[in-house]
Amino acid sequence: MAAVTMRLPAARGPLGSSAPRGAEKHLVAPGDTITTDTGYMRGHGTYVEDDKLIASVAGVVERVNKLVCVRALKARYNGEVGDIVVGRITEVQQKRWKVETNSRLDSVLLLSSINLPGGELRRRSAEDELAMRDYLQEGDLISAEVQSIFSDGAVSLHTRSLKYGKLAQGVLVQVSPSLVKRQKTHFHDLPCGASVILGNNGFIWIYPTPEQKEEEAGGFTTNLEPVPLSDREVISRLRNCIVALVTHKMMLFDTSILYCYEASLPHQIKDILKPEVMEEIILEARQRLLDLQG
Amino acid sequence: MAAVVLSEAEKLYIVHGVQEDLRVDGRGCEDYRCAEVETDVVSNTSGSARVKLGDTDILVGIKAEMGTPKLEKPDEGYLEFFVDCSSSATPELEGRGGEELGTDIANTLYRVFSCENSVDLKSLCINPREHCWVLYVDVLLLECGGNIFDAISIAVKAALFNTRIPKVRVLEDEEGTKEIELSDDPYDCIRLNVDEVPCIVTLSKIGYRHVVDATLQEEACSLASLLISVTSKGALTSMKKVGKGSLDPESIFEMMETGQRVGKSLHTALQKILDEEESLGTSRPKVGFLG
Repeated sequence: MAAVTMRLPAARGPLGSSAPRGAEKHLVAPGDTITTDTGYMRGHGTYVEDDKLIASVAGVVERVNKLVCVRALKARYNGEVGDIVVGRITEVQQKRWKVETNSRLDSVLLLSSINLPGGELRRRSAEDELAMRDYLQEGDLISAEVQSIFSDGAVSLHTRSLKYGKLAQGVLVQVSPSLVKRQKTHFHDLPCGASVILGNNGFIWIYPTPEQKEEEAGGFTTNLEPVPLSDREVISRLRNCIVALVTHKMMLFDTSILYCYEASLPHQIKDILKPEVMEEIILEARQRLLDLQG
Repeated sequence: MAAVVLSEAEKLYIVHGVQEDLRVDGRGCEDYRCAEVETDVVSNTSGSARVKLGDTDILVGIKAEMGTPKLEKPDEGYLEFFVDCSSSATPELEGRGGEELGTDIANTLYRVFSCENSVDLKSLCINPREHCWVLYVDVLLLECGGNIFDAISIAVKAALFNTRIPKVRVLEDEEGTKEIELSDDPYDCIRLNVDEVPCIVTLSKIGYRHVVDATLQEEACSLASLLISVTSKGALTSMKKVGKGSLDPESIFEMMETGQRVGKSLHTALQKILDEEESLGTSRPKVGFLG
């Protein structure tokens, strides 16, 4: 009953014929000359050498009037106020937690920025400080919103709404932050039977849709009941679809994930990760997205 | 070994999934991730192979050099293993961190290949007690994505299959001094028979069941694992238990049976791909590291 598949490696070329959407993007690699015109101001990802503007990262050139910058393809997460992030607690310190969010510095979650269980609104006391580990421990996953950014670039988070808080059973997928599309909402209840949180920092959390909304919990009680097999299949399939989308560098948003899921239904869950099946699914999903656009 | 930190709820999800034979990526308990095998990637070695098993990336190079046989086995050549854990494999292996893991893997490989007929060592002998071929097997761990032992053993077998040792002739002078002559034809070489070379199958105990080819997250949920080396005929050559948890003797027997079964399919799949690659010959498109 064991299945072992081996294959010879194949050079990965561009998938199908990707029609140029809109203007041609100016892609550069580190060391490429962007322009020799000295009238431009240099932005992030560029430097000047011998009167030439050279790119220091691999990415897309963006020009706003006189400012030229290069937006990197794969970079650490840069926090912006109002972003939804999914993070993992790395340290428990005095009156704060350090959260790993795939950024240059660990993000900070202050004790005053969380909802106490029971929805109490009061000043945090010394007992609360000692009981911090009862709320969030090292290794726990949370969903939070960016409240502010410190001067050194570290992000300060808060979970002051009932929809944020500690995450229960589910699957985490880590992708590059540049692949998560900015949308109005990042919490999606997909019609296929699972829910997904698309963190702006590239952490995608897939979990079974909760039966009823828990009002009082404030997000700290974890449901430890076993997840039924049907939900597990949906979650595993979604996880493989997201991995497939990321391998082909497609933007992640609820519609693309859903189209990819529907395209993958004829195949077995574990086959989605095979290169040829992945290509087929992605082509179909891409076609549907193009049809949707225009 | 690299370890990811997981929350208790995530670990519980993984454990319950394994109970129901549906892992996080949809595989069953006895399924391997899709593996990519390529041989002859390093040009200045006698044999080389690169194996990508999911996120795990291993490169093995074999160099054949002439040396003196060991005192207790004067008419045999031998193998020397050296494992280098690259610092880019995982952040924990930065600097000197990889040395302990490297020696651990090398010792396991010595143990696996300690069985007498894994490799035909007598064919590596040139002159009894004086000259023999020593195969230096260098393993480079490029990326650690869980299940490194299996990937390393697959890569070592593929590299041994790919190894070409030049044919030498021993000429005796009138004074009795022996001279070693290398044949002029670069393609005149001896190949090794890898039918008895064992492969390692790692079985990780998660909850009440065991899984094959665990990812990093699954390794974080398992307290004990069993490393079994199996030949293509299903014979066990060595066994090692790792991890800080304990294993019930019943479960050890079950895991051994699973290991033998899975090991046989592993060998069949690997041999098939090696034969396919061989049959393509020089027309095979070389992907290497720039694919």
